[in-house]
Amino acid sequence: MRYLMLLSGTNPATPPPPELFEAIMKLGAEATQAGVLLDTAGLLPSVAGARVGLADGKITVTDGPFTESKELISYALYDLRSKEEAVEWAARFVKLHRDLWAGWEGTTDILQVMGPDSFGS
Amino acid sequence: MAADYERTKSAIEAVWRIESPRLIAGLARITGDVGAAEELAQDALVIALEQWPVQGVPDGPGAWLMATAKHRAIDLVRRRVRYDQKLREVGRDMETRTLAEPDPDQLDDHIGDDLLRLIFIACHPVLGTEAQAALTLRMIGGLTTHEIARAFLVPEPTIAQRIVRAKRILAAKQVPFVIPAPGELADRVDSVLGVIYLVFNEGYTATAGQDWIRPELCAEALRLGRLLAGLLPRQTEVRGLVALMELQASRIGARTDATGEPILLADQDRRRWDRLLIRRGLAALAQAEQLGGPPGRYEVQAEIAACHARAASVPDTDWERIAALYVVLGHLAPSPVVELNRAVAVGMASGADRGLEIADQLAAQPALAGYALLPAVRGDLLAKLDRLDEAREQFERAAALTSNARERALFRDRAARCARS
Repeated sequence: MRYLMLLSGTNPATPPPPELFEAIMKLGAEATQAGVLLDTAGLLPSVAGARVGLADGKITVTDGPFTESKELISYALYDLRSKEEAVEWAARFVKLHRDLWAGWEGTTDILQVMGPDSFGS
Repeated sequence: MAADYERTKSAIEAVWRIESPRLIAGLARITGDVGAAEELAQDALVIALEQWPVQGVPDGPGAWLMATAKHRAIDLVRRRVRYDQKLREVGRDMETRTLAEPDPDQLDDHIGDDLLRLIFIACHPVLGTEAQAALTLRMIGGLTTHEIARAFLVPEPTIAQRIVRAKRILAAKQVPFVIPAPGELADRVDSVLGVIYLVFNEGYTATAGQDWIRPELCAEALRLGRLLAGLLPRQTEVRGLVALMELQASRIGARTDATGEPILLADQDRRRWDRLLIRRGLAALAQAEQLGGPPGRYEVQAEIAACHARAASVPDTDWERIAALYVVLGHLAPSPVVELNRAVAVGMASGADRGLEIADQLAAQPALAGYALLPAVRGDLLAKLDRLDEAREQFERAAALTSNARERALFRDRAARCARS
């Protein structure tokens, strides 16, 4: 089963320490090595993006930033056997932030990707 | 509280699945005995299941499991060393192997190598194919006996027996926990690849039962393949197999309809092919090509799968290249099934009559006498040549030969359509 993980959060004033990047790379390498991490990348702040909406039959285009929500920071696509495994990988990722970047707070949302095995056992 | 307990229990099981291969591999390094390593790892799991729901899940659950299991492993080895010394003291130990005291701090440095050793042991040629597959899924895939049994549609005690017997054989034959010497490496890698592809195919074209595809087995094989490719980055055929599996798996979503009936390649909605897996498959294939050397059979099959993956439609497919690749494959791995596939490709590239010539030659040989796809292919080619009575007869024969219920329905349907038109 595929799980999409979306990390969002609020960055503290301090810049992200290089140790965090190093640890994230290491965790990513571990998950790739285990054959479970299919794809991952960081996301630029929403100021670089835009939003296309539809309401009342009208299409609107708004440039970022999207101030009403927390910034999305990165995504990862995993191939796993269960939601619990997804929770474990996400927890590892969040722990790195806790241990290596004081003051950082955020969330990882785990979403199951629809697929041929979504409706089976 | 009960819900909390269940939640913790499934969290432990998830950690276990992630960690157990490395756990068993590290423990096998300490004990030199894969069977004992597997049991020690299970012991650590049992302790976790007792303690974590009460004391909470530790911050580094993987490290906790490893530390707990290591202590027990070192105890075990110490007991054996002492036993060894005792034997020595009474002077009966001339043949007994001396075990060194393990250094627990060095154990984490070789996880990659240990995993590789574990894979080679699980797929060791002293074991039969079924035992290799069960042991690999159990020790490297982290599957339970129950899950393996369900995946292969065999009773759980059969799988349990298979695993126990396999471990016993490995112990009796004193199969060492080592990476094969360079001279035998190619053969041993081939044996591992064979096991992984067997697991994949068991999922991709379930040979028996109600389902045509069991995607969880394909996913398991894919993860194993990717893991192996990371451990053996210079082995062309490992990349070749990964490419082949990623490309074939990309079609899983399009291979059945909403009710589970199979849809053949020609009729698949290609928009439902998984673009991510295609991209990964093509990338793995490019890596295999970059590594160089003569292409092996998995790489050639991946090349064939890539021809389909790149084509927007059936007519758009480079059938001549596919037919040529089947000639290459026929040299690398001669088999009547490969020849049958060549018949299909030639039928597309040069006309159904040319394909039928090849298929008819196969029908004249006994090798594929009980193989349902031979009459199915002949039926298809005959139908294209408007020889509908003969085609219907072939599809009926195919339906009678297959043991897969979904496939049988498909062939019966084709037979009925030949009769109607």
